[in-house]
Amino acid sequence: MSDQSSQAEIVRNSLKRRYRKERRFRLYGMVAIFIALGSLFILFADIIGKGHTGFIKTTITLDVTLDSEMMYLDDPTDEDQRSMADFVAPIIDALQDHIPEAETAAEKRELGRLVGNYAASEVRDLLENNPDLLNTTQTIEFLAHDRVSTYVKHAGNPRYSIKLSEQQQRWVDELVEKGVIDTSFNDVLFSRGDSREPSNAGILGAIVGSLLTMLVTLAIAFPVGIAAAVYLEEFAPQNKFTDFIEVNINNLAAVPSIIFGLLGLAVFIGLFGMPRSVPVVGGMVLALMTLPTIIISSRAAIKSVPPSIREAAEGVGASKMQVVLHHVIPLAMPGMLTGTIIGMAQALGETAPLLLIGMVAFIVDVPTGFFDSATVLPVQIYLWASSSEQGFIELASAAIMVLLTFMISMNALAIWLRKRLERRW
Amino acid sequence: MNTINPSISTGVNMRDKQAAEIPVPQDKPEDTIIEEGKTVGKPFASDPKFQLRNVSVSYGSDRAIKDISLDIGRNEVISFIGPSGCGKSTFLRCLNRMNDSIDICRVKGQLMLDGEDIYSPKRDVVELRARVGMVFQKPNPFPKSIYDNVAYGPKIHGLANRKSELDEIVENSLRKAGLWEEAKDRLDSVATGMSGGQQQRLCIARAIAVSPEVILMDEPCSALDPIATARVEELIADMSKSYTIVIVTHSMQQAARVSNRTAYFHLGHLVEVNETNKVFTSPEHQLTESYITGRFG
Repeated sequence: MSDQSSQAEIVRNSLKRRYRKERRFRLYGMVAIFIALGSLFILFADIIGKGHTGFIKTTITLDVTLDSEMMYLDDPTDEDQRSMADFVAPIIDALQDHIPEAETAAEKRELGRLVGNYAASEVRDLLENNPDLLNTTQTIEFLAHDRVSTYVKHAGNPRYSIKLSEQQQRWVDELVEKGVIDTSFNDVLFSRGDSREPSNAGILGAIVGSLLTMLVTLAIAFPVGIAAAVYLEEFAPQNKFTDFIEVNINNLAAVPSIIFGLLGLAVFIGLFGMPRSVPVVGGMVLALMTLPTIIISSRAAIKSVPPSIREAAEGVGASKMQVVLHHVIPLAMPGMLTGTIIGMAQALGETAPLLLIGMVAFIVDVPTGFFDSATVLPVQIYLWASSSEQGFIELASAAIMVLLTFMISMNALAIWLRKRLERRW
Repeated sequence: MNTINPSISTGVNMRDKQAAEIPVPQDKPEDTIIEEGKTVGKPFASDPKFQLRNVSVSYGSDRAIKDISLDIGRNEVISFIGPSGCGKSTFLRCLNRMNDSIDICRVKGQLMLDGEDIYSPKRDVVELRARVGMVFQKPNPFPKSIYDNVAYGPKIHGLANRKSELDEIVENSLRKAGLWEEAKDRLDSVATGMSGGQQQRLCIARAIAVSPEVILMDEPCSALDPIATARVEELIADMSKSYTIVIVTHSMQQAARVSNRTAYFHLGHLVEVNETNKVFTSPEHQLTESYITGRFG
């Protein structure tokens, strides 16, 4: 009797210790998750904090009188005249309507620097396309100069230095008050390619470049990856050679991505003489990089098809080919797709190999085909982030937000597909 | 394929070991009780569907089946009984070469179906399996509709040229499997949503749909409740008129209820084959007697 009670005592004491251990263990887990979530939160907070102003553009809306005398332009269709004409004068004139105090030539020049560098060409293009507008008054929305934009958006922010003279600052304040200078959603960011001037730069070129590159990657990596996985899993004989291939595929998955870039440079560009900076080569390099991911996840998906389904199909007399095509591949497809999407998301965020094959060039035009020079989103971010102009910093963060949105949607799609197509057996 | 196989083969090995530990109630060691290749009772039939002579199966160096000779008569229901790991499932799977996918599995001896060698290199496995259907231990319908499950076999063998013919085959097969009344209104619903008993009858319908001559059943009721089991057994009784049925079972009552003949396996040996009532009332071999009286197994 006493024996039993003393044993219960021992158990009770050990229980206390066990519970304490368990609590400590759970605490470790919670701390780990807190650290992970915390870093993620800091990352997002930083990017959104820096980048949200990238989605805002500063505009100057003016009633411009397109006076032919002022511009030294009689015939807007004549190219020679256009190249000689002064398109800045009417803009300064329109600004002077709001700021009458600027009278000297130097002051007028200062005033003209409030609008962006591309304002004059905007007027020129307008007249070239509509010669009838000569000697009329038009309301035109100009992009403000980058310095003005920085002042309007970030005045008082110690991270930004204001590069306007005090006089200009006063003028800008006045124009803002009058509603001439205004801020609105930055559609330029989504409708133009890269530019030397932050206010005129957009990510459309990079997005289209990424899209074209991803299409090439998908077109190569998906069929090749799945064919390789099916062959290795279903048809390959069990021998040393197959083992060798398996080990190498697993090794490839761990190869640094820049090595694939070197390979692309040496083989596709060096050996095959393909052009630099084009989505086709980028896509091929990224396909090589994505292949191991797709093969490994597809093999796992094929392995997870229950043997009972194969037996059932074999039992009614399906041939090996029919078992694979009718049952194994359809059942493994969700897993294969998930692996592919995750591989593609990886490829979408890849920078290093593309630097080596020249997709890092400054490209203003939005690419229109697989053989046009292009850059991709992560490379564009890299370019902007390493640029010295202040305006590019917020643009880089804004582009990161766009890239992250793409990635998160791709991963969400993968999860949704898995949930949607998953079947129970 | 190779990913599944090791588990099967090691499983057999494990079971062999377990079986070896079963205490045999005699003083004499087992070797002297069982004589290799010797089967008591009536292993041969006058009108055989299968003629199996000196069949041995080995997984690598493990011999799972040791020199078995047996006839399976036309339109007879024969059940294989015996303790776990005695090789009855392995033997059953030889009859339609389901062991082929296991790399290390070797089958020796002569296995004839209607006088033709099953393991001849000229033999087409697909054709063989169309003639010798199989129902598995766990109901394994395809994760497709009920209709597609039954129609799959006829489709791949080209048994139906028109949709109406296929519909007819599906209906007939489901009727024979006693599932038509329950399933006719939901042929398009997913088969995996049915109850276990319904799924197993669907698997039987799927096997019937390709009009086989023989149906092999590997413990078809072990995953079913007694009511579903009773329905499947009724079905077996009905089917015995037109098919040769080989059934592996753990339930001696089931063997007694459904089969004409019963074969008792022990550690890869075929110990005794006889008419079912004889095996259960007056077994000739002492191992059979020990097993059916529940002294081991």
